[in-house]
Amino acid sequence: MSIGPPERVRVTGPPRRTTSRRTRAHEIDDQTLLGAVMIQSLLRAQLRLAVLTLAPLFAFAVALPLTFHLFPRFSDLRVAGVPVAILLLGVLIYPVLVLLGWSYVRRAERHERDFAELVEIAES
Amino acid sequence: MITSVPSVVAVALVAVATLAIGTWGLRFSRTTSDFFVASRSVRPALNASAIGGEYLSAASFLGVAGLVLVFGADMLWYPVGWTAGYLVLLVLVAAPLRRSGAYTLPDFAEARLASARVRTTCTLLVVAIGWLYLVPQFQGAGITLESTTGAPPWLGAMVVAGVVLVNVLSGGMRSITFVQAFQYWLKLTALLVPAVVMVGVWLGDGRPGPGAGSGGDWSLPLGEGGGQGLYLTWSLIIATFLGTMGLPHVVVRFYTNPDGRAARRTTVVVLALLSAFYLLPPVYAALGRVYGDTTHSDVLVLELPRLMVPGAAGELLSALVTAGAFAAFLSTSSGLSLAVTGVLTQDVFRGTRLTGVRAFRVAAVVAVVTPCVAAVSAPDLGIAKAVGLAFAVAASTFCPLLVLGIWWRGLTDVGALAGLGAGFVSSGIGVTYSLSPYSTTGWVDALLSQPAAWSVPLAFVTMYVVSRATASRVPPHVRRFMVRLHTPEAVALDRG
Repeated sequence: MSIGPPERVRVTGPPRRTTSRRTRAHEIDDQTLLGAVMIQSLLRAQLRLAVLTLAPLFAFAVALPLTFHLFPRFSDLRVAGVPVAILLLGVLIYPVLVLLGWSYVRRAERHERDFAELVEIAES
Repeated sequence: MITSVPSVVAVALVAVATLAIGTWGLRFSRTTSDFFVASRSVRPALNASAIGGEYLSAASFLGVAGLVLVFGADMLWYPVGWTAGYLVLLVLVAAPLRRSGAYTLPDFAEARLASARVRTTCTLLVVAIGWLYLVPQFQGAGITLESTTGAPPWLGAMVVAGVVLVNVLSGGMRSITFVQAFQYWLKLTALLVPAVVMVGVWLGDGRPGPGAGSGGDWSLPLGEGGGQGLYLTWSLIIATFLGTMGLPHVVVRFYTNPDGRAARRTTVVVLALLSAFYLLPPVYAALGRVYGDTTHSDVLVLELPRLMVPGAAGELLSALVTAGAFAAFLSTSSGLSLAVTGVLTQDVFRGTRLTGVRAFRVAAVVAVVTPCVAAVSAPDLGIAKAVGLAFAVAASTFCPLLVLGIWWRGLTDVGALAGLGAGFVSSGIGVTYSLSPYSTTGWVDALLSQPAAWSVPLAFVTMYVVSRATASRVPPHVRRFMVRLHTPEAVALDRG
């Protein structure tokens, strides 16, 4: 056993900044458990948003004919001289549709931004 | 026989302007990708105008006002459904469809299910729905020209088919995008200006009410006949809400967006454009109840200005409306012909000696001439009703395929085929019944003439159940494909 000088060891501090921004995108590409969970949560959030957006529309489409079927006298109801059904279906529904679409896009894009941030977080 | 010189001039101007813009657009068409999808680089504002221009067909321009005039408030569900269909499309389909990176519906089906057989089925469906929708456009052109110039009905159909063919042949998607965008604004102006003038006339006349004998039924937002009326209304709602996403000319437009985010934004602008347009037809219907007669409902929009405004001014307004109607036929038929041409080129002429742009041109001739011949020989159903049938078929076939394909991993090729078959046969029975001279009454008539309320659920259930039964056939790449559909483009994935 010979006692020589100890091997030289380089001592460094923890890295201050990462030079290459490795993202978690490869987790999705590699179809790891983490990737699957991230995608699942995005999909579920978007689907829930879709259902929430369409529910009022379909509820209206089911309820309006049914209401008038059960209470035909409603058709005599007038607002400012215009029959209420004409007012609802001819005018008022359109701004509601545009508004639903606009708010859907805002929220769907927010989900996607959140997802992108989650993926972009640099590892380590 | 009425011969209106301004109307003939107006029709000629629209045709010439359409061809001129189409030729101008040709300067930008260089590659096959330009022909099919305008190289996927159309900005949301332009694309939305183009979608609006393409979507507002003869049924919207002429049909709705006439139907509301005759049948009343329940017919307002047509324009509401055609607009709401875009909301459903936006929420369930728009961005993922664009991210799938496919050119056409058959492309999407093949990419998702890895099955050539599903692809072929989708091709046949695109052609069937496209032609079913084209026939009433050509017929509408026939009655428009007949009403304004006294020309025989086949002439209008031939004129529209001819202009569409030249346009598709010369420029493909890129030039058609400009044409469609122009035609949206033309259609809006053509309906808005006469409406404003006529409302002015109505106010000047002391705001007269509708003639005697119009009961409260008119303002009832559902069909007549108790339970059957309710069924018909709901069925119409289902067909229009869910059918929009399955129309070939609508879907192909989404591939021209640069990315999924642009696809969504485009759709919202489309919603706004359609909403603005659909405020107008009910105005015509209401004025028609006061001034018009209910015998020629499909030409109400064309004849009302002449009935209400005497002299040259009335002739000019009438010419403007005729121009708008022609724009409606031209734009919708161009879009549909282009979509049908696209799938014919890719799927029918593939493997033949015809390739590239030449195959595209042969396909265009087939795509336009066939429905034109059918339009001249088939019975006239009324524009909106015939278009409604195309929506019912689209809702019963492509809607389940797209919704389940995008949101449910378990869809299999066998399941898709079974569902498409069930939806097509059941809605097809309705189409055949409506086209045949045979008719019946009661519930059978209601169920057959408006099949969507049962054929759409049937297609969904069949697709789901058969897919579950053949779960081993779920394609192995499905996980990766779903990731691609739903991941924003900002995330740098391997999109292979």
